[in-house]
Amino acid sequence: MADIFGDTVKAFQLILSGDPGIFEIVSRSLLFSGIAIILAILWGTPIAMLIAMKEFRGKTIIKTFFNTLIGLPTVVLGLILFLSFSRGGPLGFLGLLYTPGAIMIGQAILVTPILVSIGVSAIESVDPEIMSLAQTLGASESQAQIAVLKEAINGIILSDLASFNRAIGELGVVLMVGGNLEGGGNQTTVMTTSIARDVQISEFGLAIALGILLVIVLFTINVIVVILRRANYLVELAKGPYAKLKRSREAKG
Amino acid sequence: MTVTAELKAVTKAYGTKIVLDAVNLQIREGEIIALLGPNGSGKTTILKILAFIENPTGGEVLFQGKSVNFNNTEKERLQSTLVFQKTTLFGTSVYNNIAYGLKLRKVPKEIRDREVKKALELVKLSGFEKRSARKLSGGEQQRVAIARALVLKTPLLLLDEPTANLDPKNAGILEEVIDTVNRENKTTIVMATHNMFQAKKLSHRIALMDEGKKTEIGAPAEVFGKLSKNLASFAAVDNTFNGIAKVTAAGTSKVDIGKGVQIEVTAQRQGDTAVFINPQDIILSKTAVESSARNTFKGKITEIKDLDLLVKLEVNVGKPFTVQITKQSFSEMGLCLNAEVFITFKASSVQVL
Repeated sequence: MADIFGDTVKAFQLILSGDPGIFEIVSRSLLFSGIAIILAILWGTPIAMLIAMKEFRGKTIIKTFFNTLIGLPTVVLGLILFLSFSRGGPLGFLGLLYTPGAIMIGQAILVTPILVSIGVSAIESVDPEIMSLAQTLGASESQAQIAVLKEAINGIILSDLASFNRAIGELGVVLMVGGNLEGGGNQTTVMTTSIARDVQISEFGLAIALGILLVIVLFTINVIVVILRRANYLVELAKGPYAKLKRSREAKG
Repeated sequence: MTVTAELKAVTKAYGTKIVLDAVNLQIREGEIIALLGPNGSGKTTILKILAFIENPTGGEVLFQGKSVNFNNTEKERLQSTLVFQKTTLFGTSVYNNIAYGLKLRKVPKEIRDREVKKALELVKLSGFEKRSARKLSGGEQQRVAIARALVLKTPLLLLDEPTANLDPKNAGILEEVIDTVNRENKTTIVMATHNMFQAKKLSHRIALMDEGKKTEIGAPAEVFGKLSKNLASFAAVDNTFNGIAKVTAAGTSKVDIGKGVQIEVTAQRQGDTAVFINPQDIILSKTAVESSARNTFKGKITEIKDLDLLVKLEVNVGKPFTVQITKQSFSEMGLCLNAEVFITFKASSVQVL
């Protein structure tokens, strides 16, 4: 039986004492989910741009598909990924199962529908005249698309944030493809999987401590993003990579 | 005479709907040409084709002597820019809005800063660089949009109803800018408008548009001279009326515009006449005012519209008149919809076409 009061006190003691084991798990969670989001942004943003800015047959079906995927039970996605990554699976040759790589890819795939769906509606809500406006001021098609993307930047940031929140709080997929390994070469225990295991082995103090830290991490990141957004730093920051993307596209064109 | 752009039998259709029907139009270097016509007559479509952001369905477009391939218009788009009727600004500072096209053209920062400053001076918005563009008033936003196009110094400048929905102060500033840019930079300007007075005042030539066709083209005096009696309904603009004029014993004329409304004008006219009264020249009062003004009518306020610093009212005296008053007068007079008011204007302030 859990002694709620006693375990909560223990949890705070663990946090305040700066227990290295706990903070290693927290930083691992941040690292895995951070990389997962970057991966998802790299493929999710172009998909969102394509869906929102191009007119093609079956556009509504594709949008509905991504919206539906948001609600896909994570155990189902976990199972699909597990089977794909397992030795006999189509991606078995990569040897990713129960490695940090599998967790990152799993989280990235999990959040892609969120990133795409919110991204598409953010881009679609931009004044349709912006595209023509950029073009009449001399922009090429890709430069005009970048102009539209900049107008949608707040919605895009929101989709990135929602995706990060979803990724760092994910249990099912992470557990199925990453296992819950501590020690050895492949340490895959993250905050959520650790909490699940700690509860099973009645380590409630540790579970509560990680739970509190998970909430603090989420809250802090959200507050930072809100502050940066107000100060417009993210918009300025976003210009760097977009400008590079623009240049590489021009070079190709 | 050099031709900047030319439309040869240009047609545009959206599905089965034809919006431009075999239009031929030559735009000469250094001229201001006004496309005059009612809404839906194809003016905006011509501008979009000349801005190379809309493909014609048929016909040929020549730009600076060369036939334009609409599959790739990136080069031509750098030479022609359009200011939309609906003011659209990027959600950033005034500076970034105006500098956008210069950045695309890789203009160095020092030159960019200088050009933005000059463009802002021209539209009388000096010092607005750091302001958030979308937080400006409607008139100021439209002036930023014009400055953003002017700074590019493209050989062809296209303006779609540049002063629509602007109060007289902002409209006046823009008209001055259009005139200056044409005179000093020799910029060729194509301007769509449904305001014939603006077309007459600013342009060297007027092309009349109706239902996707160009019906007339020529110098303003020539076009207005040829025009049929329903000019006013053709180019609908506030306070423009068609009527039948009769010379009075006093040497002035009275124009009967129908519904019992007769407007006295100083010019001697007989027969079909179109008249225009500038909304600013009309005095609004709650009781009849004794004055030397020859035209006084009683009516009701049927519409109230908020402009930047002014309030635009529609007063129905049998025919609807547009009157503009300051916000302060509006609140001091305690006006509201359906309120009974008098409008008064001088015979000499009536413009006769």
